[in-house]
Amino acid sequence: MWNYEKRLQYPVKITQTNPKIAKVIISQFGGPDGELAASMRYLAQRYTMPYKEVTALLTDIGTEELAHMEMVCAIVHQLTRDLTPEEIEKAGFADYYVDHTLALWPQAASGAPWTATYLQSKGDPITDLHEDLAAEQKARTTYDNILRLVKDPEVCDPIRFLRQREIVHYQRFGECLRIVQDNLDAKNFYAFNPEFDK
Amino acid sequence: MNNQMNEPMSRKEMLNMIDEISFSLIDTQLYLDTHPCDTDAIAYFEECSRIRNQALRDYANCFGPLTIDTVTSACNDRWSWVNEPWPWQEGGC
Repeated sequence: MWNYEKRLQYPVKITQTNPKIAKVIISQFGGPDGELAASMRYLAQRYTMPYKEVTALLTDIGTEELAHMEMVCAIVHQLTRDLTPEEIEKAGFADYYVDHTLALWPQAASGAPWTATYLQSKGDPITDLHEDLAAEQKARTTYDNILRLVKDPEVCDPIRFLRQREIVHYQRFGECLRIVQDNLDAKNFYAFNPEFDK
Repeated sequence: MNNQMNEPMSRKEMLNMIDEISFSLIDTQLYLDTHPCDTDAIAYFEECSRIRNQALRDYANCFGPLTIDTVTSACNDRWSWVNEPWPWQEGGC
C-alpha cells in the first residue's frame, strides 16, 4: 500500500529550459543507475528477506527512491517545458521529441529504454545487499558526473540533494550487511543462503 | 522553524517547514530501521511526527491538502485534491 504526498521531497524550481542537459539527467529516471531501477530493486528484494530490519529498510528506501524519481522527472520536465520546434531542433532534442513530444519516458541518456536487466533480485541477503551498496555508489557517481556538466545553480541544487541521499542509503545498507553477518553463527558458519537453505 | 513574528506563515514558509520536518522524519526512520533500540532517536522521531502532522493539517486548512488524510481539512463543496497545482508544475510544491 502506498499514499501520495502532493509535494516533492526537496523543491525543484528551474526557470531556464535546457533540453541538452535534460537529456543527460533523464538517465537518473530510466538509466542503468537511475531512481526507477533503484526503487524496483529494493521493493522486489523485500519479499524473501529473512531479517526484519533489512525488510523495513528495503521498504523505506524503495519508497524514498520513488520520491527521487519524481524529483528527477520534475527537473527534466522543467528543463523542457514549453519548448518551441526551433529550440528542440537547435538543442539536439528532436530524436527524443519525435517519440515522446515533451512527455517523460524512462530511458538512459543514450536513448536505451529502461529495462529490468538494470537490477538484480537474487534471493540471497549477502548478494542482494552487495548489489544495493554498489547501486548506491553507481548512482552517486552518476550524480557526480551530472554535476560536472551542469552549470545552472537551480539544477545543481536538487541534484546535490539527490547525490547526498545516495551516501546516506549506502551507510544504512552497510549497517544491514552487518546485521545479516551478525546473524551468521556456528550453525551457518559458511554463510549458506539464509533466504533458502534455512 | 519558529515563526517568532506571530504573523501567519506564507505558503512558501509553511511548505518549507513541512519539507524540513518531513526530511528529519524520513532520515530518522531509515536510521531506526537499523538501530531499532535507540530510545533517543525514537523520541526525536515522535516529536518530528507530531509537528509534521499538525503542520500538514494547518497547511491543508490554509492552502489545500498535501496528503489524502488532510483532504477534509480543506473541504468545501468541491473535491479539493484536484485544485492546487501538482508539485512539478508552476506554483506547485
